[in-house]
Amino acid sequence: MLRVEGLHVNRGRTKVLQGIDFAVETGEIATLIGANGAGKTTTLMTLSGLLPISSGHVTLQTPDGSFDIGATSPVDLVRAGIVHAPEGRQIFGRLSIEENLQLGAFLANDKARVARAVADVYERFPILGERRTMPAGNLSGGEQMMLAIGRALVAEPKLLLLDEPSLGLAPQITEEIFDFLEKLNREQGVTMLIVEQNAMLALELANRAFVIENGRIVLQGTGDELLDDPAVFEAYLGVG
Amino acid sequence: MSDYLIQQIVNGLSLGSLYALVAIGFSLIYGVIRLVNFAHGDLLMIGAFMTFGLVASDVVPWAAIPLLVLAGGFAAGGLIERIAFRSISGAPMITGFIVTLSASIAIQNLALIFLGSQPRNFNFPEVFRMRLPLGGADVALIDLVIPVVTLLCALGLTAFIRKTRVGIAIRAVAENPFAAQLMGISIGRLVFLVFGLGGALAALAGLFWAGKYGQINPLMGFLPGLKAFLATIIGGVGSLPGAIVGGYILGFSEIAFVGFLPPEYSGYRDAFVFGLLILILLVRPQGLFGEAEQERA
Repeated sequence: MLRVEGLHVNRGRTKVLQGIDFAVETGEIATLIGANGAGKTTTLMTLSGLLPISSGHVTLQTPDGSFDIGATSPVDLVRAGIVHAPEGRQIFGRLSIEENLQLGAFLANDKARVARAVADVYERFPILGERRTMPAGNLSGGEQMMLAIGRALVAEPKLLLLDEPSLGLAPQITEEIFDFLEKLNREQGVTMLIVEQNAMLALELANRAFVIENGRIVLQGTGDELLDDPAVFEAYLGVG
Repeated sequence: MSDYLIQQIVNGLSLGSLYALVAIGFSLIYGVIRLVNFAHGDLLMIGAFMTFGLVASDVVPWAAIPLLVLAGGFAAGGLIERIAFRSISGAPMITGFIVTLSASIAIQNLALIFLGSQPRNFNFPEVFRMRLPLGGADVALIDLVIPVVTLLCALGLTAFIRKTRVGIAIRAVAENPFAAQLMGISIGRLVFLVFGLGGALAALAGLFWAGKYGQINPLMGFLPGLKAFLATIIGGVGSLPGAIVGGYILGFSEIAFVGFLPPEYSGYRDAFVFGLLILILLVRPQGLFGEAEQERA
């Protein structure tokens, strides 16, 4: 699905990503864990085409074809199926819940399909359906996260990028969100790349995990392997 | 009501509509990219000269002229975006002010070079200069047409922004451009559209201005542009209803100062109008419909 090779990305004069390699296979949940400032968000922004690639190759492979991410516009990447639910949810607080979901399908032409997708989100998160005409800013943090995920799902992602889905949420809500993501992957086969500071949660969910440190991938394995790795435990799990 | 009062109300409505038409563009552009487009007033001048040229050349039917002026204003507004604004995207806001101010001066000087500095007399054909009796007063047809068309434009634009997919996208970009991009919205195209829409309405105001006052010149856009900018500030920058209400407040107060002050003071009407603006802002610094400035994500 996604292949990242020797990726270097600078932000301003800072070399944030210093040659990272990883791959995400179709149908799996991959996670990128690491400390603040390691380059996790930068990686996702690059995959969405929002940051220029200094060197390296990123290729998205979907049933519709193969896309060189460095040479594809952000709009075309959304069209190709890379959908990004950003850090801090970033829902449109002044717009209604319904409008937020409609925007998720901004590029879709098939109105009937969009209506079905929106109805599907309301079915999964009934609270959103009950409040569909309310400004999204009135929702609680957990509800906003549901909306952010719902908005991404309406876009029919082939690869769903999730940046810190647990950020600022109560542990119980976080658990619900992660359960939902697991179900989404199992039932609909949505491929995901999740960036998390809450490494324990992410590793439990993920089939494949990468540890990023100072712009380099320093460890990789299945979620369970990394959970059992004493170095990972000490660096990322001991504190939490 | 005395016929004098009726006459003044019609004048206020008409002038206020012209300010509102220009103010809408200021507010739209500011709302979406937080930029005050100082070249916006010059689009009124461009619209006036387009009208002048189309009427004088007599090659298109009358009914087509407003449509052509709208289209020309859209193109001119979009061109300002492409040439002046897009080239500096990502630069600090102050750069935007300077670039649009330079664009304004460039447009005015190009107009002076190619159109000449001499004011030109302009008249719509006889039938459009009709006067109508209204409650004892005798008002110009155009002073009634202007508010009606302005109202239709305002309603149409509001419906577009509230209901359509692109309108929702405009509001999304205004609130959070970063997240809007993640929805697959092309910010560049939307900004172009917003400059174009603002330009179309300003050019239409230029058509009306030419017909109402009967004289046009290359610098005619400056003062109305400045006043329309004040109207958006009174109404609350970035708010569409605010721009419209602000336009009418400005138009009515200007007419009222001229119409009801002793004649020896009416020459100072702008001083009174700007004084009123200061009073309003002392009470509501964010403008009538504006929201207090908040952190943007």
